[in-house]
Amino acid sequence: MKSTCVIPLFAALLLSVAGCRGTSTAETTPANGDALAGRLSLTGSSTVAPLVTEIAKRYEQLHPQVRIDVQTGGTGKGITDTRIGTADIGMGSRPLKADEADLVPYQIAADGVGLIVHAENPIRELTAEQIIDIYTDKIQNWKEVGGEDQPITVVHKAEGRATLEVFLQHFAIDNPTIQADVIVGENQHAIKTVAGGKWAIGYVSIGTAEADIEAGVPIRLLPLDGVAASTPNVASGEFPMSRPLSLITTRSPAALAKSFIEYCQSAEVHDLVKSQYFVPVASETDAQK
Amino acid sequence: MPRSDLPLKLVCRTLAVGSATIVLLILGFLVRESWPAFQSLGFARFFSDDGWHPVSGQFGLMPMIAATIITSLGGIVLAAPLGIASAVFVQFYAPSVLVPWHRRLVELLAGIPSVVFGLWGLVVVAPLVAGLGGSGQNLLTASIILGLMILPTIALLSDSAIGSVPRVWTQGAAALGLQRSAIVAQVVLPAAGRGISAALVLAITRALGETMAVLMVAGNVVQMPTSLLSPGRTLNANIALELGYASADHRSVLFVSGLMLMLIVGVLVVAISRRGGTSYARR
Repeated sequence: MKSTCVIPLFAALLLSVAGCRGTSTAETTPANGDALAGRLSLTGSSTVAPLVTEIAKRYEQLHPQVRIDVQTGGTGKGITDTRIGTADIGMGSRPLKADEADLVPYQIAADGVGLIVHAENPIRELTAEQIIDIYTDKIQNWKEVGGEDQPITVVHKAEGRATLEVFLQHFAIDNPTIQADVIVGENQHAIKTVAGGKWAIGYVSIGTAEADIEAGVPIRLLPLDGVAASTPNVASGEFPMSRPLSLITTRSPAALAKSFIEYCQSAEVHDLVKSQYFVPVASETDAQK
Repeated sequence: MPRSDLPLKLVCRTLAVGSATIVLLILGFLVRESWPAFQSLGFARFFSDDGWHPVSGQFGLMPMIAATIITSLGGIVLAAPLGIASAVFVQFYAPSVLVPWHRRLVELLAGIPSVVFGLWGLVVVAPLVAGLGGSGQNLLTASIILGLMILPTIALLSDSAIGSVPRVWTQGAAALGLQRSAIVAQVVLPAAGRGISAALVLAITRALGETMAVLMVAGNVVQMPTSLLSPGRTLNANIALELGYASADHRSVLFVSGLMLMLIVGVLVVAISRRGGTSYARR
Protein backbone atom coordinates (compact mmCIF):
# COMPACT_ATOMS: atom_id res chain seq x y z
CA MET A 1 0.00 0.00 0.00
CA LYS A 2 2.72 2.36 1.02
CA SER A 3 4.87 1.56 -1.97
CA THR A 4 2.09 2.00 -4.50
CA CYS A 5 1.86 5.68 -3.75
CA VAL A 6 5.62 6.07 -3.73
CA ILE A 7 6.12 4.60 -7.20
CA PRO A 8 4.40 7.38 -9.19
CA LEU A 9 6.32 9.87 -7.11
CA PHE A 10 9.51 8.22 -8.16
CA ALA A 11 8.40 8.02 -11.72
CA ALA A 12 7.97 11.78 -11.68
CA LEU A 13 11.34 12.22 -10.03
CA LEU A 14 13.05 10.03 -12.60
CA LEU A 15 11.33 11.78 -15.45
CA SER A 16 12.63 15.09 -14.23
CA VAL A 17 16.09 13.59 -13.95
CA ALA A 18 15.79 12.32 -17.51
CA GLY A 19 15.37 15.86 -18.65
CA CYS A 20 11.66 16.21 -18.91
CA ARG A 21 9.96 18.93 -17.02
CA GLY A 22 8.13 17.39 -14.13
CA THR A 23 5.75 20.22 -13.53
CA SER A 24 4.17 22.88 -15.58
CA THR A 25 1.73 25.48 -14.57
CA ALA A 26 0.24 28.11 -16.73
CA GLU A 27 -2.15 29.91 -14.46
CA THR A 28 -3.00 33.25 -15.84
CA THR A 29 -4.29 35.54 -13.18
CA PRO A 30 -5.47 38.77 -14.73
CA ALA A 31 -4.88 40.79 -11.57
CA ASN A 32 -5.55 44.31 -12.70
CA GLY A 33 -6.52 45.16 -16.23
CA ASP A 34 -4.64 43.12 -18.84
CA ALA A 35 -1.54 42.41 -16.71
CA LEU A 36 -0.45 38.86 -17.41
CA ALA A 37 1.06 36.73 -14.72
CA GLY A 38 2.17 33.16 -14.36
CA ARG A 39 4.67 30.69 -15.60
CA LEU A 40 5.24 29.34 -19.10
CA SER A 41 7.41 26.36 -19.90
CA LEU A 42 8.73 25.69 -23.39
CA THR A 43 10.70 22.70 -24.61
CA GLY A 44 11.82 21.47 -27.98
CA SER A 45 14.09 22.30 -30.87
CA SER A 46 17.62 23.37 -29.98
CA THR A 47 17.53 25.56 -33.10
CA VAL A 48 14.55 27.59 -31.93
CA ALA A 49 15.45 27.73 -28.22
CA PRO A 50 18.12 30.51 -28.34
CA LEU A 51 15.73 32.79 -30.26
CA VAL A 52 12.80 32.10 -27.96
CA THR A 53 15.04 32.66 -24.93
CA GLU A 54 15.85 36.14 -26.21
CA ILE A 55 12.22 36.89 -26.98
CA ALA A 56 11.23 35.56 -23.56
CA LYS A 57 13.64 37.95 -21.83
CA ARG A 58 12.03 40.89 -23.58
CA TYR A 59 8.55 39.58 -22.89
CA GLU A 60 9.37 39.19 -19.19
CA GLN A 61 10.43 42.82 -19.08
CA LEU A 62 7.10 43.86 -20.57
CA HIS A 63 5.21 41.60 -18.17
CA PRO A 64 7.20 41.42 -14.93
CA GLN A 65 4.78 38.91 -13.43
CA VAL A 66 5.51 36.31 -16.08
CA ARG A 67 8.29 33.71 -15.83
CA ILE A 68 9.24 31.87 -18.99
CA ASP A 69 11.33 28.73 -18.80
CA VAL A 70 12.96 27.56 -22.06
CA GLN A 71 14.51 24.11 -22.38
CA THR A 72 15.86 22.18 -25.36
CA GLY A 73 15.80 18.54 -26.35
CA GLY A 74 14.77 18.41 -29.98
CA THR A 75 11.53 19.05 -31.83
CA GLY A 76 10.23 15.60 -30.98
CA LYS A 77 10.56 16.33 -27.28
CA GLY A 78 8.74 19.61 -27.75
CA ILE A 79 5.89 17.80 -29.44
CA THR A 80 5.71 14.99 -26.87
CA ASP A 81 5.90 17.39 -23.92
CA THR A 82 3.23 19.66 -25.37
CA ARG A 83 0.97 16.68 -25.96
CA ILE A 84 1.28 15.26 -22.47
CA GLY A 85 1.16 18.72 -20.95
CA THR A 86 4.56 18.88 -19.26
CA ALA A 87 5.27 21.92 -21.44
CA ASP A 88 2.88 24.72 -22.34
CA ILE A 89 4.44 25.42 -25.70
CA GLY A 90 6.65 23.23 -27.87
CA MET A 91 9.32 24.55 -30.19
CA GLY A 92 9.59 22.92 -33.59
CA SER A 93 12.02 23.32 -36.44
CA ARG A 94 10.18 21.27 -39.05
CA PRO A 95 6.64 21.16 -40.43
CA LEU A 96 4.28 19.02 -38.36
CA LYS A 97 3.58 15.54 -39.68
CA ALA A 98 0.21 14.11 -40.54
CA ASP A 99 -0.03 12.22 -37.24
CA GLU A 100 0.64 15.44 -35.35
CA ALA A 101 -2.54 17.13 -36.50
CA ASP A 102 -3.77 17.37 -32.91
CA LEU A 103 -1.32 20.25 -32.45
CA VAL A 104 -1.26 23.75 -33.89
CA PRO A 105 1.95 25.30 -35.25
CA TYR A 106 2.57 29.05 -35.26
CA GLN A 107 5.46 29.94 -37.50
CA ILE A 108 7.78 32.56 -36.00
CA ALA A 109 10.74 32.41 -38.41
CA ALA A 110 12.36 30.37 -41.17
CA ASP A 111 15.71 28.66 -41.29
CA GLY A 112 17.68 26.69 -43.83
CA VAL A 113 19.81 23.60 -43.34
CA GLY A 114 23.19 23.83 -45.00
CA LEU A 115 26.15 21.52 -45.43
CA ILE A 116 29.34 22.63 -43.73
CA VAL A 117 32.98 21.71 -44.23
CA HIS A 118 36.15 22.97 -42.58
CA ALA A 119 37.22 26.43 -43.85
CA GLU A 120 40.50 25.00 -45.17
CA ASN A 121 38.78 22.30 -47.24
CA PRO A 122 39.22 23.34 -50.90
CA ILE A 123 35.83 21.86 -51.91
CA ARG A 124 33.55 24.67 -53.18
CA GLU A 125 30.45 22.77 -54.20
CA LEU A 126 28.95 19.31 -54.07
CA THR A 127 26.11 18.00 -56.18
CA ALA A 128 23.12 16.31 -54.56
CA GLU A 129 24.31 12.91 -55.88
CA GLN A 130 27.76 13.46 -54.39
CA ILE A 131 26.27 14.35 -51.01
CA ILE A 132 24.08 11.24 -51.07
CA ASP A 133 27.07 9.09 -52.05
CA ILE A 134 29.20 10.59 -49.27
CA TYR A 135 26.54 9.90 -46.67
CA THR A 136 25.86 6.37 -47.88
CA ASP A 137 29.61 5.64 -47.96
CA LYS A 138 29.89 5.20 -51.74
CA ILE A 139 32.39 8.07 -51.72
CA GLN A 140 34.92 7.85 -48.92
CA ASN A 141 37.69 10.20 -50.01
CA TRP A 142 37.65 13.89 -50.80
CA LYS A 143 39.69 13.32 -53.98
CA GLU A 144 36.73 11.49 -55.52
CA VAL A 145 34.81 14.77 -55.53
CA GLY A 146 37.77 16.91 -56.60
CA GLY A 147 39.35 17.62 -53.22
CA GLU A 148 42.49 16.47 -51.48
CA ASP A 149 43.45 12.86 -50.86
CA GLN A 150 41.91 12.62 -47.40
CA PRO A 151 39.24 10.33 -45.98
CA ILE A 152 35.86 11.95 -45.41
CA THR A 153 34.54 12.13 -41.85
CA VAL A 154 30.77 12.00 -42.12
CA VAL A 155 29.03 13.89 -39.32
CA HIS A 156 25.42 12.87 -38.90
CA LYS A 157 22.69 13.67 -36.40
CA ALA A 158 21.00 11.36 -33.96
CA GLU A 159 17.67 9.85 -34.95
CA GLY A 160 14.72 12.21 -34.45
CA ARG A 161 16.51 15.57 -34.71
CA ALA A 162 14.66 18.05 -36.88
CA THR A 163 17.73 19.00 -38.90
CA LEU A 164 18.19 15.32 -39.65
CA GLU A 165 14.63 14.96 -40.84
CA VAL A 166 14.95 18.00 -43.13
CA PHE A 167 18.19 16.58 -44.51
CA LEU A 168 16.86 13.04 -45.06
CA GLN A 169 13.68 14.34 -46.64
CA HIS A 170 15.49 16.70 -49.00
CA PHE A 171 17.89 14.06 -50.29
CA ALA A 172 15.39 11.19 -49.95
CA ILE A 173 17.84 9.03 -48.00
CA ASP A 174 16.73 6.20 -45.76
CA ASN A 175 18.41 6.72 -42.36
CA PRO A 176 19.69 3.12 -41.88
CA THR A 177 21.62 3.36 -45.18
CA ILE A 178 23.73 6.21 -43.84
CA GLN A 179 27.24 5.28 -42.73
CA ALA A 180 28.33 8.00 -40.32
CA ASP A 181 31.68 8.40 -38.61
CA VAL A 182 30.35 10.66 -35.90
CA ILE A 183 26.81 11.08 -34.65
CA VAL A 184 26.05 14.32 -32.86
CA GLY A 185 23.15 15.83 -31.00
CA GLU A 186 22.90 19.58 -31.23
CA ASN A 187 23.99 21.99 -33.98
CA GLN A 188 26.89 23.26 -31.86
CA HIS A 189 28.16 19.72 -31.44
CA ALA A 190 28.17 19.30 -35.23
CA ILE A 191 29.89 22.64 -35.80
CA LYS A 192 32.58 21.95 -33.19
CA THR A 193 33.17 18.53 -34.74
CA VAL A 194 33.61 19.94 -38.24
CA ALA A 195 35.72 22.85 -36.99
CA GLY A 196 37.95 20.42 -35.10
CA GLY A 197 38.25 17.80 -37.86
CA LYS A 198 39.66 19.23 -41.05
CA TRP A 199 38.14 16.58 -43.33
CA ALA A 200 34.68 16.37 -41.86
CA ILE A 201 31.36 17.23 -43.48
CA GLY A 202 28.16 17.88 -41.60
CA TYR A 203 24.85 19.68 -41.92
CA VAL A 204 23.49 22.28 -39.55
CA SER A 205 21.05 25.12 -39.28
CA ILE A 206 22.27 27.90 -41.59
CA GLY A 207 21.47 30.55 -38.99
CA THR A 208 23.67 28.90 -36.37
CA ALA A 209 26.46 28.28 -38.89
CA GLU A 210 26.46 31.91 -40.08
CA ALA A 211 26.61 33.16 -36.50
CA ASP A 212 29.59 30.92 -35.78
CA ILE A 213 31.36 31.83 -39.03
CA GLU A 214 31.01 35.47 -38.02
CA ALA A 215 32.53 34.59 -34.65
CA GLY A 216 35.56 33.14 -36.42
CA VAL A 217 34.82 29.40 -36.25
CA PRO A 218 36.71 27.81 -39.18
CA ILE A 219 33.82 26.30 -41.10
CA ARG A 220 32.27 27.07 -44.49
CA LEU A 221 28.73 26.62 -45.79
CA LEU A 222 28.45 24.87 -49.15
CA PRO A 223 25.97 26.06 -51.78
CA LEU A 224 23.23 23.64 -52.77
CA ASP A 225 21.95 23.29 -56.35
CA GLY A 226 23.95 26.43 -57.15
CA VAL A 227 22.21 28.50 -54.47
CA ALA A 228 24.41 29.94 -51.72
CA ALA A 229 23.43 28.80 -48.23
CA SER A 230 22.65 32.20 -46.76
CA THR A 231 19.87 33.82 -44.79
CA PRO A 232 18.68 36.08 -47.68
CA ASN A 233 18.31 33.03 -49.92
CA VAL A 234 16.30 31.26 -47.22
CA ALA A 235 14.08 34.35 -46.86
CA SER A 236 13.42 34.51 -50.58
CA GLY A 237 12.59 30.82 -50.61
CA GLU A 238 15.32 30.20 -53.17
CA PHE A 239 17.41 27.93 -50.97
CA PRO A 240 16.02 24.42 -51.43
CA MET A 241 16.69 22.88 -48.00
CA SER A 242 14.79 25.12 -45.61
CA ARG A 243 12.18 24.76 -42.92
CA PRO A 244 9.77 26.72 -40.76
CA LEU A 245 10.56 27.44 -37.11
CA SER A 246 7.42 27.41 -35.06
CA LEU A 247 5.84 27.34 -31.68
CA ILE A 248 3.46 24.47 -31.11
CA THR A 249 0.48 24.24 -28.82
CA THR A 250 -2.48 22.01 -28.30
CA ARG A 251 -5.82 23.08 -29.78
CA SER A 252 -6.67 25.11 -26.68
CA PRO A 253 -3.65 27.05 -25.42
CA ALA A 254 -3.92 29.10 -22.24
CA ALA A 255 -4.30 32.87 -22.53
CA LEU A 256 -0.74 33.49 -21.46
CA ALA A 257 0.63 31.07 -24.05
CA LYS A 258 -1.48 32.74 -26.73
CA SER A 259 -0.24 36.15 -25.77
CA PHE A 260 3.39 35.02 -25.85
CA ILE A 261 2.99 33.38 -29.25
CA GLU A 262 1.43 36.53 -30.69
CA TYR A 263 4.36 38.49 -29.33
CA CYS A 264 6.82 36.06 -30.93
CA GLN A 265 5.09 36.53 -34.29
CA SER A 266 4.90 40.31 -34.05
CA ALA A 267 7.19 42.74 -35.84
CA GLU A 268 8.51 43.85 -32.45
CA VAL A 269 10.86 40.86 -32.30
CA HIS A 270 12.08 40.89 -35.91
CA ASP A 271 15.36 42.44 -34.78
CA LEU A 272 15.90 39.47 -32.44
CA VAL A 273 15.06 37.01 -35.21
CA LYS A 274 17.61 38.69 -37.47
CA SER A 275 20.23 38.84 -34.74
CA GLN A 276 19.98 35.04 -34.48
CA TYR A 277 20.50 34.79 -38.27
CA PHE A 278 16.99 33.50 -38.86
CA VAL A 279 14.49 34.91 -41.29
CA PRO A 280 11.44 36.78 -39.97
CA VAL A 281 8.06 35.85 -41.40
CA ALA A 282 5.01 38.05 -41.77
CA SER A 283 2.62 36.76 -39.15
CA GLU A 284 -1.09 36.23 -39.50
CA THR A 285 -1.76 38.80 -36.81
CA ASP A 286 0.26 41.39 -38.73
CA ALA A 287 -1.62 40.60 -41.90
CA GLN A 288 -4.96 41.07 -40.19
CA LYS A 289 -4.08 44.58 -39.04
CA MET B 1 21.69 -3.24 24.64
CA PRO B 2 21.26 -0.12 26.75
CA ARG B 3 17.79 1.33 26.58
CA SER B 4 19.05 4.72 25.35
CA ASP B 5 20.32 3.11 22.14
CA LEU B 6 16.84 2.09 21.06
CA PRO B 7 15.71 5.35 19.33
CA LEU B 8 18.99 5.67 17.40
CA LYS B 9 18.74 2.04 16.38
CA LEU B 10 15.23 2.54 15.09
CA VAL B 11 16.14 5.71 13.18
CA CYS B 12 19.19 4.08 11.58
CA ARG B 13 17.24 1.00 10.56
CA THR B 14 14.44 3.04 9.03
CA LEU B 15 16.85 5.22 7.08
CA ALA B 16 18.84 2.21 5.92
CA VAL B 17 15.71 0.47 4.71
CA GLY B 18 14.75 3.74 3.01
CA SER B 19 17.96 4.01 1.03
CA ALA B 20 17.77 0.39 -0.05
CA THR B 21 14.16 0.90 -1.09
CA ILE B 22 15.12 3.83 -3.30
CA VAL B 23 17.42 1.60 -5.36
CA LEU B 24 14.77 -1.09 -5.58
CA LEU B 25 12.13 1.43 -6.62
CA ILE B 26 14.35 2.76 -9.40
CA LEU B 27 14.98 -0.78 -10.57
CA GLY B 28 11.27 -1.50 -10.42
CA PHE B 29 10.51 1.64 -12.40
CA LEU B 30 13.03 0.69 -15.08
CA VAL B 31 11.58 -2.79 -15.35
CA ARG B 32 8.04 -1.44 -15.55
CA GLU B 33 8.92 1.04 -18.30
CA SER B 34 10.85 -1.50 -20.33
CA TRP B 35 8.25 -4.24 -19.91
CA PRO B 36 6.29 -3.34 -23.09
CA ALA B 37 9.48 -3.74 -25.11
CA PHE B 38 10.25 -7.12 -23.56
CA GLN B 39 6.71 -8.26 -24.25
CA SER B 40 6.57 -7.21 -27.88
CA LEU B 41 10.18 -7.99 -28.81
CA GLY B 42 11.42 -10.58 -26.36
CA PHE B 43 14.66 -10.48 -24.45
CA ALA B 44 16.92 -12.10 -27.05
CA ARG B 45 16.44 -9.55 -29.81
CA PHE B 46 18.39 -6.94 -27.91
CA PHE B 47 21.42 -9.19 -28.22
CA SER B 48 20.80 -10.74 -31.62
CA ASP B 49 19.73 -7.77 -33.77
CA ASP B 50 22.45 -6.42 -36.06
CA GLY B 51 22.04 -2.70 -35.73
CA TRP B 52 20.29 -0.01 -33.76
CA HIS B 53 17.56 1.61 -35.85
CA PRO B 54 14.63 1.69 -33.44
CA VAL B 55 12.40 3.49 -35.93
CA SER B 56 13.00 0.74 -38.51
CA GLY B 57 12.73 -2.09 -35.98
CA GLN B 58 16.34 -3.02 -35.20
CA PHE B 59 17.26 -3.04 -31.55
CA GLY B 60 20.77 -4.47 -31.12
CA LEU B 61 22.28 -3.31 -27.83
CA MET B 62 25.52 -5.31 -27.94
CA PRO B 63 27.68 -2.58 -29.58
CA MET B 64 26.52 -0.15 -26.90
CA ILE B 65 27.18 -2.58 -24.06
CA ALA B 66 30.68 -3.10 -25.47
CA ALA B 67 31.29 0.64 -25.82
CA THR B 68 30.07 1.28 -22.28
CA ILE B 69 32.37 -1.32 -20.77
CA ILE B 70 35.38 -0.36 -22.92
CA THR B 71 35.21 3.36 -22.15
CA SER B 72 34.73 2.77 -18.41
CA LEU B 73 37.55 0.26 -18.17
CA GLY B 74 39.73 2.54 -20.30
CA GLY B 75 39.01 5.38 -17.93
CA ILE B 76 39.90 3.33 -14.87
CA VAL B 77 43.08 1.99 -16.48
CA LEU B 78 44.21 5.59 -17.03
CA ALA B 79 43.00 7.00 -13.73
CA ALA B 80 43.92 4.27 -11.23
CA PRO B 81 47.73 4.58 -11.43
CA LEU B 82 47.53 8.38 -11.48
CA GLY B 83 45.08 8.54 -8.59
CA ILE B 84 46.91 6.07 -6.36
CA ALA B 85 50.23 7.75 -7.17
CA SER B 86 48.70 11.10 -6.22
CA ALA B 87 47.56 9.66 -2.87
CA VAL B 88 50.98 8.12 -2.14
CA PHE B 89 52.63 11.41 -3.09
CA VAL B 90 50.42 13.38 -0.70
CA GLN B 91 50.96 10.94 2.15
CA PHE B 92 54.67 10.15 1.84
CA TYR B 93 56.61 12.22 -0.65
CA ALA B 94 55.10 15.70 -0.84
CA PRO B 95 56.74 18.60 1.05
CA SER B 96 54.27 19.53 3.77
CA VAL B 97 53.71 23.01 2.26
CA LEU B 98 52.51 21.42 -0.94
CA VAL B 99 50.10 18.89 0.60
CA PRO B 100 47.02 21.12 1.15
CA TRP B 101 47.47 22.76 -2.25
CA HIS B 102 47.75 19.46 -4.04
CA ARG B 103 44.59 18.20 -2.32
CA ARG B 104 42.76 21.39 -3.18
CA LEU B 105 43.77 21.09 -6.81
CA VAL B 106 42.48 17.52 -7.00
CA GLU B 107 39.25 18.58 -5.32
CA LEU B 108 38.93 21.35 -7.88
CA LEU B 109 39.20 18.75 -10.64
CA ALA B 110 36.27 16.94 -9.04
CA GLY B 111 34.21 20.11 -9.18
CA ILE B 112 34.53 20.74 -12.92
CA PRO B 113 31.12 20.10 -14.54
CA SER B 114 31.11 17.14 -16.90
CA VAL B 115 29.84 19.23 -19.80
CA VAL B 116 32.97 21.38 -19.51
CA PHE B 117 35.08 18.24 -19.68
CA GLY B 118 33.07 17.22 -22.73
CA LEU B 119 33.53 20.54 -24.50
CA TRP B 120 37.24 20.55 -23.75
CA GLY B 121 37.47 16.99 -25.00
CA LEU B 122 35.59 17.89 -28.17
CA VAL B 123 37.58 21.03 -28.97
CA VAL B 124 41.05 20.11 -27.68
CA VAL B 125 41.49 16.38 -27.15
CA ALA B 126 39.51 15.04 -30.13
CA PRO B 127 41.55 16.98 -32.76
CA LEU B 128 44.74 15.68 -31.09
CA VAL B 129 43.48 12.10 -31.14
CA ALA B 130 42.39 12.64 -34.76
CA GLY B 131 46.12 12.70 -35.54
CA LEU B 132 46.08 8.94 -34.89
CA GLY B 133 43.42 8.49 -37.57
CA GLY B 134 39.68 8.79 -37.82
CA SER B 135 37.59 11.67 -36.64
CA GLY B 136 39.08 11.95 -33.16
CA GLN B 137 35.71 11.26 -31.58
CA ASN B 138 36.16 7.69 -30.49
CA LEU B 139 36.48 5.32 -27.55
CA LEU B 140 40.04 6.42 -26.80
CA THR B 141 39.07 10.08 -26.42
CA ALA B 142 36.11 9.07 -24.28
CA SER B 143 38.40 6.94 -22.08
CA ILE B 144 40.83 9.84 -21.64
CA ILE B 145 38.07 12.23 -20.64
CA LEU B 146 36.49 9.66 -18.32
CA GLY B 147 39.88 8.94 -16.79
CA LEU B 148 40.33 12.61 -15.93
CA MET B 149 36.83 12.80 -14.51
CA ILE B 150 37.21 9.85 -12.16
CA LEU B 151 40.79 10.71 -11.19
CA PRO B 152 39.80 12.85 -8.18
CA THR B 153 37.50 10.10 -6.84
CA ILE B 154 40.38 7.63 -6.85
CA ALA B 155 42.96 10.15 -5.61
CA LEU B 156 40.93 11.49 -2.69
CA LEU B 157 39.50 8.17 -1.49
CA SER B 158 42.88 6.42 -1.77
CA ASP B 159 44.39 9.36 0.11
CA SER B 160 42.05 8.85 3.03
CA ALA B 161 42.41 5.04 2.86
CA ILE B 162 46.19 5.36 3.07
CA GLY B 163 45.84 7.99 5.77
CA SER B 164 43.87 5.58 7.93
CA VAL B 165 46.61 2.94 7.96
CA PRO B 166 47.77 2.90 11.61
CA ARG B 167 50.92 4.96 12.14
CA VAL B 168 52.49 2.28 14.32
CA TRP B 169 52.61 -0.01 11.29
CA THR B 170 54.67 2.40 9.22
CA GLN B 171 56.76 3.32 12.24
CA GLY B 172 57.37 -0.35 12.94
CA ALA B 173 58.35 -0.99 9.34
CA ALA B 174 60.73 1.97 9.46
CA ALA B 175 62.20 0.66 12.71
CA LEU B 176 62.91 -2.61 10.92
CA GLY B 177 65.01 -0.65 8.49
CA LEU B 178 62.70 -0.74 5.47
CA GLN B 179 63.06 2.04 2.94
CA ARG B 180 60.19 4.39 2.25
CA SER B 181 59.42 2.81 -1.13
CA ALA B 182 59.31 -0.61 0.49
CA ILE B 183 57.08 0.65 3.29
CA VAL B 184 54.67 2.07 0.73
CA ALA B 185 54.67 -0.96 -1.53
CA GLN B 186 54.71 -3.75 1.05
CA VAL B 187 52.99 -2.34 4.11
CA VAL B 188 50.83 0.67 3.33
CA LEU B 189 49.26 -0.26 -0.01
CA PRO B 190 48.26 -3.80 1.05
CA ALA B 191 46.86 -2.45 4.30
CA ALA B 192 44.90 0.24 2.44
CA GLY B 193 43.81 -2.29 -0.20
CA ARG B 194 40.20 -2.41 0.84
CA GLY B 195 39.83 1.34 0.86
CA ILE B 196 41.55 1.66 -2.49
CA SER B 197 39.40 -0.98 -4.10
CA ALA B 198 36.33 0.78 -2.73
CA ALA B 199 37.67 3.92 -4.42
CA LEU B 200 38.01 1.99 -7.68
CA VAL B 201 34.44 0.69 -7.41
CA LEU B 202 33.08 4.19 -6.87
CA ALA B 203 35.19 5.51 -9.72
CA ILE B 204 34.06 2.86 -12.17
CA THR B 205 30.42 3.40 -11.32
CA ARG B 206 30.90 7.11 -11.91
CA ALA B 207 32.55 6.30 -15.25
CA LEU B 208 29.67 4.01 -16.21
CA GLY B 209 27.12 6.64 -15.28
CA GLU B 210 28.82 9.55 -16.99
CA THR B 211 26.73 10.69 -19.94
CA MET B 212 27.24 14.20 -21.22
CA ALA B 213 31.02 14.26 -21.60
CA VAL B 214 31.08 10.85 -23.24
CA LEU B 215 28.26 11.81 -25.58
CA MET B 216 30.30 14.79 -26.75
CA VAL B 217 33.51 12.90 -27.52
CA ALA B 218 32.71 9.26 -28.25
CA GLY B 219 31.37 9.65 -31.80
CA ASN B 220 28.07 7.91 -30.94
CA VAL B 221 27.96 5.66 -33.98
CA VAL B 222 26.36 2.35 -33.06
CA GLN B 223 28.75 -0.29 -34.31
CA MET B 224 30.79 -3.06 -32.77
CA PRO B 225 34.12 -1.39 -31.93
CA THR B 226 37.11 -2.92 -33.71
CA SER B 227 39.75 -0.78 -32.02
CA LEU B 228 40.06 2.04 -29.53
CA LEU B 229 39.89 4.42 -32.48
CA SER B 230 36.39 3.23 -33.45
CA PRO B 231 33.54 5.53 -32.52
CA GLY B 232 31.08 4.07 -30.06
CA ARG B 233 27.86 4.94 -28.32
CA THR B 234 27.44 4.15 -24.65
CA LEU B 235 24.12 3.05 -23.20
CA ASN B 236 23.65 6.34 -21.37
CA ALA B 237 24.60 8.46 -24.39
CA ASN B 238 21.97 6.46 -26.28
CA ILE B 239 19.33 7.50 -23.77
CA ALA B 240 20.47 11.12 -23.75
CA LEU B 241 20.51 11.32 -27.55
CA GLU B 242 17.16 9.70 -28.20
CA LEU B 243 14.88 9.82 -25.18
CA GLY B 244 13.87 13.39 -25.98
CA TYR B 245 11.88 12.48 -29.05
CA ALA B 246 11.24 8.81 -28.56
CA SER B 247 7.69 7.68 -28.10
CA ALA B 248 5.86 4.38 -27.58
CA ASP B 249 8.08 1.35 -28.36
CA HIS B 250 11.19 3.39 -29.03
CA ARG B 251 10.88 4.98 -25.60
CA SER B 252 10.38 1.63 -23.93
CA VAL B 253 13.43 0.25 -25.71
CA LEU B 254 15.50 3.12 -24.34
CA PHE B 255 14.47 2.10 -20.85
CA VAL B 256 15.78 -1.36 -21.68
CA SER B 257 19.16 0.22 -22.34
CA GLY B 258 18.91 1.94 -18.96
CA LEU B 259 18.10 -1.39 -17.34
CA MET B 260 21.05 -2.97 -19.14
CA LEU B 261 23.32 -0.25 -17.77
CA MET B 262 22.06 -0.92 -14.27
CA LEU B 263 22.76 -4.64 -14.70
CA ILE B 264 26.31 -3.94 -15.92
CA VAL B 265 26.93 -1.65 -12.95
CA GLY B 266 25.57 -4.31 -10.60
CA VAL B 267 27.68 -7.11 -12.06
CA LEU B 268 30.85 -5.00 -12.07
CA VAL B 269 30.37 -3.73 -8.54
CA VAL B 270 29.80 -7.23 -7.20
CA ALA B 271 32.73 -8.64 -9.19
CA ILE B 272 35.20 -5.94 -8.22
CA SER B 273 34.26 -5.82 -4.57
CA ARG B 274 34.61 -9.62 -4.34
CA ARG B 275 38.03 -9.67 -5.98
CA GLY B 276 39.31 -6.53 -4.31
CA GLY B 277 38.30 -7.91 -0.95
CA THR B 278 36.04 -5.00 -0.14
CA SER B 279 33.79 -6.60 2.37
CA TYR B 280 30.97 -4.77 3.96
CA ALA B 281 30.70 -7.25 6.80
CA ARG B 282 30.39 -5.99 10.32
CA ARG B 283 33.67 -5.60 12.13
